[in-house]
Amino acid sequence: MLKDLFRKQKKYATIPSEQAKKEIPEGIVKKCPQCGNIDFAKELEKNLKVCKNCDYHYPLSAPERIQMVVDEERFFEFDSNLSSADPLSFPNYTKKLEADREKTKLSEAVVTGEGTIGGYPAVIGVMDSRFRMASMGSVVGEKIARAAHQAATKKYPFILFSASGGARMQEGALSLMQMAKTSAALEKMHRESVLFVSVLTHPTTGGVSASFASLGDINLAEPKAQIGFAGRRVIEQTVRQKLPEDFQTAEFLLKHGQLDQVVHRSKMRETLIQILDLHSGGRVDRADQ
Amino acid sequence: MPINNGQLPFEKPLVELREKINELQKFTQEKSIDLSDEIATLEERAKRLEHEIYGNLTTWQKVQIARHPSRPTTMDYIRHIFTDFMELHGDRLYGDDPAIVGGIAKLDGVPVTVIGHERGKDTKDKVARNFGLPHPEGYRKALRLMQQADKFGRPIICFIDTQGAHPGVEAEERGQSEAIARNLREMAGFQVPIVCVVTGEGGSGGALAISVGNRLLMLEHAYYSVISPEGAAAILWRDAAKAKEAAEALKITAQDLKRLDIIDQVIPEPKGGAHKDPVFQAKQIKEAIWTALEPLFQMDRDQLVYDRHEKFEKIGVYHTVD
Repeated sequence: MLKDLFRKQKKYATIPSEQAKKEIPEGIVKKCPQCGNIDFAKELEKNLKVCKNCDYHYPLSAPERIQMVVDEERFFEFDSNLSSADPLSFPNYTKKLEADREKTKLSEAVVTGEGTIGGYPAVIGVMDSRFRMASMGSVVGEKIARAAHQAATKKYPFILFSASGGARMQEGALSLMQMAKTSAALEKMHRESVLFVSVLTHPTTGGVSASFASLGDINLAEPKAQIGFAGRRVIEQTVRQKLPEDFQTAEFLLKHGQLDQVVHRSKMRETLIQILDLHSGGRVDRADQ
Repeated sequence: MPINNGQLPFEKPLVELREKINELQKFTQEKSIDLSDEIATLEERAKRLEHEIYGNLTTWQKVQIARHPSRPTTMDYIRHIFTDFMELHGDRLYGDDPAIVGGIAKLDGVPVTVIGHERGKDTKDKVARNFGLPHPEGYRKALRLMQQADKFGRPIICFIDTQGAHPGVEAEERGQSEAIARNLREMAGFQVPIVCVVTGEGGSGGALAISVGNRLLMLEHAYYSVISPEGAAAILWRDAAKAKEAAEALKITAQDLKRLDIIDQVIPEPKGGAHKDPVFQAKQIKEAIWTALEPLFQMDRDQLVYDRHEKFEKIGVYHTVD
């Protein structure tokens, strides 16, 4: 094409020398999976792992999320000693668990504990999608149920960040029953009038979306997070048509009345603080006349 | 699944033997030749074969029985187990989902609320009922009927038989996840006895949404799974044809779930499955429902809730490390 004549074309690719390779540690830059924008990892972290160019919210690990939301050094973990068994002797399950423990340095796909957010005490749970896609097996279900019981007992609000592919196939019907177990724990909390805030992050699907994640007194989600019951491909096969681009996004759910708000990551902490404040009981705050 | 006259592939040797016996009997009558010894031997062999086939059903064979087109459905059981059934329709929010039926009936004179998935009978009925795959309005109808039962202190009996909740655009728009999740939570808190019976297919969350009971019973050849065997095979081996292997690995039979302490009782089926004798099957279910209900009638309202919470709190297998 004509315009190609005027464009400066890169003819040579420079291959970094061995020396240069050593000086650039791995992961120093990150390429946005949505727009391709390249950013320094440090800059990206400063921006709460949100792409400056297109606002893509990178997935967060559980420790990163806790650091972003909870007051500094105010988090005490619960039940880190629970770890998954292989009750069905499912092919390769033990190996996969070991690999994910090694990779994430976590014992399972959810971290629970208590801490303060803006000074308000809360029970907090964060799922980590690096661990078996944060699918829910016996341990995830047990930890969330125990966290809900703690919240009910202490009368602390429960804030839970979901991100999950659904129930964990490798634990069969035991996984399925965790949906009932976690929901039952929330029922008890509900009866005790304890606040439950569910924050749905990318992706929250299947058995997790169809249990505790949808049961918040307030349901929030991060922008563009994929949230839904059935998998997109399964639906496409059933209805035999292409689904709209925004299908099962947080914005789609907001439009259909399934969410209270879509909250940008940069506003998440202050939004939670506002919610906690609004639930902190009656205190007359009227300025003196 | 090729089925001739309702016979499943693994039943073929037995069917052939039976045909042979019939032929001999006919021959005896027509030609008045005494073949009673031969017939007796064959009868003996048929019995052994029957025992061999039905006594050692593989998981996949059980799945085939659970999916048998003539397997009795919720409406059959309602007819055979209860009297005075009055169907109640609609969720008061959007519509009436015929994939879930519900209403009030009497169980030996005791008013109860009955709810169940309904797959449908003939093709037209099946299509109208979406093959028993509910939309959110189905779960919301179930919830409304359960709240009603809770208000009037009626026990709730649920029949579970679905491949799963309907995967579709409208279902997602109307909050399939929320509808299921809410049922799970609300069912945990009702102050009446809840007895759930998995009669055929227990397909994941769509089945669970009406099965948070004080007692969970399962027919001998029913299955209950977190994902369909076909779905699991597609994920594990990228090959839906390996459903047979996946079914084994997922441990989905009533016997497996009893071992895992998920269900309370396995209800026996007639040889070959419920479709061979629906009336007998209904009688077995009725007995099992009563066995489950009697101790629950001794509990007060708070104890019933406590009992249900305790049941689900206990489910799970994991390690606790120091």
